[in-house]
Amino acid sequence: MSKLLLLGDEAIAQAALDAGLSGIYAYPGTPSTEIMEYIQRSKQAAEGNVHRIWSTNEKTALETAIGMSYAGKRSIVCMKHVGLNVAADPFMNLSITGTNGGLVILIADDPSMHSSQNEQDSRFFAKFAMIPCFEPSNQQEAYDMTYKAFDFSEKHRVPVMLRVTTRLAHSRAGVTRKEVRSQNEISLHPNPKQFILLPGNARVFYKEALAKQPKLNEESENSSFNQYFDGKDKSLGIIASGIALNYVKENFVNKEIPYPILKITQYPLPVKKIEKLFNDCEKILVVEEGYPIIEEQLKGLLDKSGKIKGRLDGTLPRDGELNPNIVAKALDMPIKEGPAVPSLVVPRPPALCKGCPHIDSYLALNEVMESYGKGRVFSDIGCYTLGALPPYHAIYSTVDMGASITMAKGAAIAGLVPAVAVIGDSTFTHSGMTSLLDAVYSKTPITVLILDNDTTGMTGGQDSHAFGRLASICKGLGVEEEHIRQLKPLRNFHEENVKVIREEVEYQGVSVIILERECIQTLSRRMRKLKTKTK
Amino acid sequence: MKIDIILAGVGGQGILSIAAIIGTAAVKKGLYLKQAEVHGMSQRGGDVQSHFRLADYEIASDLIPRGKADLIISVEPLESLRYLPWLAPDGWLITNSEPFININNYPKKEDIESEIKKIPNHIMINADEIAKELGMERAANMVILGAASPFIAIEFDALLDAIRETFASKGEDVVNLNIACIKAGREFALKNKINN
Repeated sequence: MSKLLLLGDEAIAQAALDAGLSGIYAYPGTPSTEIMEYIQRSKQAAEGNVHRIWSTNEKTALETAIGMSYAGKRSIVCMKHVGLNVAADPFMNLSITGTNGGLVILIADDPSMHSSQNEQDSRFFAKFAMIPCFEPSNQQEAYDMTYKAFDFSEKHRVPVMLRVTTRLAHSRAGVTRKEVRSQNEISLHPNPKQFILLPGNARVFYKEALAKQPKLNEESENSSFNQYFDGKDKSLGIIASGIALNYVKENFVNKEIPYPILKITQYPLPVKKIEKLFNDCEKILVVEEGYPIIEEQLKGLLDKSGKIKGRLDGTLPRDGELNPNIVAKALDMPIKEGPAVPSLVVPRPPALCKGCPHIDSYLALNEVMESYGKGRVFSDIGCYTLGALPPYHAIYSTVDMGASITMAKGAAIAGLVPAVAVIGDSTFTHSGMTSLLDAVYSKTPITVLILDNDTTGMTGGQDSHAFGRLASICKGLGVEEEHIRQLKPLRNFHEENVKVIREEVEYQGVSVIILERECIQTLSRRMRKLKTKTK
Repeated sequence: MKIDIILAGVGGQGILSIAAIIGTAAVKKGLYLKQAEVHGMSQRGGDVQSHFRLADYEIASDLIPRGKADLIISVEPLESLRYLPWLAPDGWLITNSEPFININNYPKKEDIESEIKKIPNHIMINADEIAKELGMERAANMVILGAASPFIAIEFDALLDAIRETFASKGEDVVNLNIACIKAGREFALKNKINN
């Protein structure tokens, strides 16, 4: 079969389809978004009637996937690393119920925070839940491991975490496919109590989950994905996990690698293989993309021998993404850099697009807030986060999905009145609705601006679950109807918008202002499509 | 054989289309390829880059090591300078001369050009003007690809085929305009390359 040129994300999507997928559940989040998008475009998925609609958030996505697994079918759930925080409740409890139909949880981590607010390493979550984790080192392995993960999940009745990082998710390479398998039929778990986590049951299932651990260890020990490559020079042994292996190899192009290398891409850790490397070599360099999870376990609390090198002792940087040069330095190999960047090269940060509706919303809000001083506008995760940058300097927080409303509430209770929240339409349905209900219930005087651009903009314009129903949602949550205001963020309406925002900011109760105008990116895409159609 | 390329520009300028066309042609030739892209926040008018690697052997890293890029292809002059530490001693810098100004502190055009001229192997071309003259302003990226084409070890015809394939769904006119743009860029490079 000829090779397909696929992003890591797309290789995962294609493998899931080929492995007999029945449903994919996800909320958009860089760098994981392209998996769902690929399956939504796929003819194969359409023919197989694979369910492929965005979920409201990562928690609802994972719970739907658990339901599908319960019914015996194969599903994948995809999210970025911080999405797993939102889905942590079902995730941790799923490790107790186990699975029925194969269930793969794809987590895309973002070291160096290219598009994220932290660089947490999801391998810790896999260890926390005591479930197996596959960490592919390249696009082909991303395909092969995804394909295998479904079988593995069904064999051991455990969910399998598939962990990738930005660089693999968003890099293309040729991928060879395997045979296409049919979807599972509906079948229930042999134990009808398996998903009833009453304490009495949960205590039993937890013991069962613990009893599975030696089998999972054995699988890792024997896995062809965890490979030991011998080398003549035993002064150093290298442990390289996931794509970190590539950065080691890059430094030895057309040369033999002198040191023994243990490639780790399947967890729990293959202890015997690690022990062999440890005993064979004088020093050990641990190269991993993310937190030093392997290195920490190797060192323990008390090792002062200096034998283990990596991110903890400064041989590699403690934070950020790796690259071939960083690894070269750790290997004491020379780097020949090109010319230095001339001093006139200034940064070019991302900015709101020309014609973006958020610009008009911020200009109006800034005019109102000027008289109150700085530090009273709380915001959220999305394109509008760029309102923190010049020339707007409009917002003072962005912490996690939905936090704008609840942080405004807390600050208002503390006495910082007025307090304003700015949140996007998609983020509002993801995690803002419960926050608003909190504010309504506690009667805290806050003003919530929902910047409604009819889409999930930052990740490229996916459907928003809020479309056309924001006002009715707010009313349903208990916001008084006369304090749900709807505005058009356009320059022509500036004066009017300022007046309405001022009225609501001054109001001593919960008010919501919906500023609705379509995202300029999705609008121009729509117009282009219309134009080609009419031609 | 290996060719490592840094593609540079500003989010929305079409560097990924350049990558897609070289990629389509390379895969048909049976070459190994790795191409790391930037998605997400930076695409909103920020600086974006793509590491594009071709070889006749299996490529390890998705990222090009510093000092190893055979080509920097940039659709914007300031952005062409941002990745100089990646350029190999005998590498070529191919860049658009037309600035994309979306920041207040954008340097003077002459200063940027004099920095570009310090690079021994460079081609600076006003791709926007050429694309506009040919009647397709949005295809400046294809002019740049044309200017880079003599340095990419793929036959020019294969690149033309890849353009036909990539733009086929947009109609014959779009295909022909893009082909005119890539040809104009190539012609400019072949003429001006000798002078350096």
